[in-house]
Amino acid sequence: MKISFTLNGKSTEVDVAPDRRVVDLLREDLRLTGTKEGCGAGECGACTILVNGESRLSCLMLAAQLEGRCVTTIEGIGEEGRLHPVQEAFIECGAVQCGFCSPGMVISAVDLLGRDPNPGRGEIRRGLSGNLCRCTGYVKIVDAVETAARRMNAASDVKPDAGEKERVVPGAPGQGQRR
Amino acid sequence: MRNVFQPESLPELWRVFEAHPGASVCAGGTDLLVKMRSAMMNPESIACVDRIPDLRGITTEEGGMLRIGACATHGQIVSDPAVRRMFPILVRAVENLGSPPIRNMGTIGGNICTASPAGDTLPPLYALGAEIELRCKAAQRRMLLKDFISGPGKTCLRQGEILASVRLKPPEGYYNNIQHFEKVGQRNALACSIASLAALLQVASDGVVLKAALAWGSVAPVVMTCPDAEKELIGKPLTSETLRRAAAAARQCANPISDVRADRDYRLEVLGNLLMRLLEVAPESAPARDY
Ligand SMILES: Cc1cc2nc3c(=O)[nH]c(=O)nc-3n(C[C@H](O)[C@H](O)[C@H](O)COP(=O)(O)OP(=O)(O)OC[C@H]3O[C@@H](n4cnc5c(N)ncnc54)[C@H](O)[C@@H]3O)c2cc1C
Ligand code: FES
Ligand code: FES
Repeated sequence: MKISFTLNGKSTEVDVAPDRRVVDLLREDLRLTGTKEGCGAGECGACTILVNGESRLSCLMLAAQLEGRCVTTIEGIGEEGRLHPVQEAFIECGAVQCGFCSPGMVISAVDLLGRDPNPGRGEIRRGLSGNLCRCTGYVKIVDAVETAARRMNAASDVKPDAGEKERVVPGAPGQGQRR
Repeated sequence: MRNVFQPESLPELWRVFEAHPGASVCAGGTDLLVKMRSAMMNPESIACVDRIPDLRGITTEEGGMLRIGACATHGQIVSDPAVRRMFPILVRAVENLGSPPIRNMGTIGGNICTASPAGDTLPPLYALGAEIELRCKAAQRRMLLKDFISGPGKTCLRQGEILASVRLKPPEGYYNNIQHFEKVGQRNALACSIASLAALLQVASDGVVLKAALAWGSVAPVVMTCPDAEKELIGKPLTSETLRRAAAAARQCANPISDVRADRDYRLEVLGNLLMRLLEVAPESAPARDY
């Protein structure tokens, strides 16, 4: 069956059995091995991807379900040659040991920060509660997400002044009091 | 290889059912795909229903009834303003169901049709007297949820029929109500319940209970309701003495099993103790008066 979807920003067409699990399509057929399979049953979060911007488990999705949808895997989280702030923070904070849980953790953290740019440690733990890590003890993972949130907020605070797309027309309604 | 169909309307779904009577419905797939993997199910083909607009969305209908489409995900339910305002009891049950990705995928309709004694949406829906809407090509029928679920994993869904929506009436005089849900599991996230309680109380300003609806999960083959325990509460002040008597009545009524998660005696102890929490729960703060 032919399936068309957007994968990490690129339109993609695959010819695959409709009931192939998405994790197998990604890892075996498309060789995107960043996404991991731990349990294959929804319990560990290693296979987490974003579908239309929301975290989902690729071990519990069938290839046909991707038709027309937008998929982001860990390979598409950052930009070419530039890591996502969550990935950077994971490295800096020592949030990665064996690394098997990391792709899923990073995706879940990105999903969380999209919904809640300013989570407390409790909210971070809740946001990552579908992802198991057998190495780190979680503390450094939570540190990393906190650090990433702080940086991403700082970056978005300065954005309106930095971009040339945003021209401030002096005296235009609602723009005078910015900052 | 199985075929996977993705009908975008109910008429398209009926055509799939006609051509493939053995097709299994898949909403979020969080129960179905786990069962297929462990070979508990092996459907000939799969009909994904999550793209059908009639099965989606959360809307308020005439008369104030809330309609939750069967394919509404747990995540959508938790963040819906009308659900949050009127049914905190449901929000409390759903916000701890599974994990964030499970809540993004799993649906209320899937939770109901799985009919697990541990299904977390079921106790609040029983306490609220939820009604469900079933559809097939030729007809539509409605019934109370408690009449739909007939045993563990068993419902009266007919061949070629689907669950279309759940309908909830805001609890009467829900101003100053207690809407409580608590689940006891082995840990906070991704835990199947050992016992859970949904409690809906209307309490007068002098502290006397006017109405009570109680429903327990995981302590019987289906959700347990217990009119005897409710009777112990109604007309009495909400004190620890009253709750202890209700707990004793509930233990009389329950028939829990021992399983990998907990044994029978533990469940009996906990299902009564869960009631004692009602002493600590503050009534819902005033909802908008214009309601
Ligand atoms: C890791 C994990 C953790 C979980 N934790 C919890 C938990 O804490 N609490 C809990 O209650 N559940 C839990 N579950 C179970 C599951 O996620 C929920 O029951 C969920 O609500 C199922 O919804 P779904 O849409 O994914 O169902 P699906 O898997 O799509 O469907 C389940 C069944 O219902 C049928 N069905 C679905 N929708 C319809 C419809 N509209 N009409 C007719 N039939 C239909 C399907 O044919 C199938 O047999 C967990 C599951 C996993 C994998
Ligand atoms: S592999 Fe998908 S949740 Fe474990
Ligand atoms: S770093 Fe090894 S499982 Fe998390």
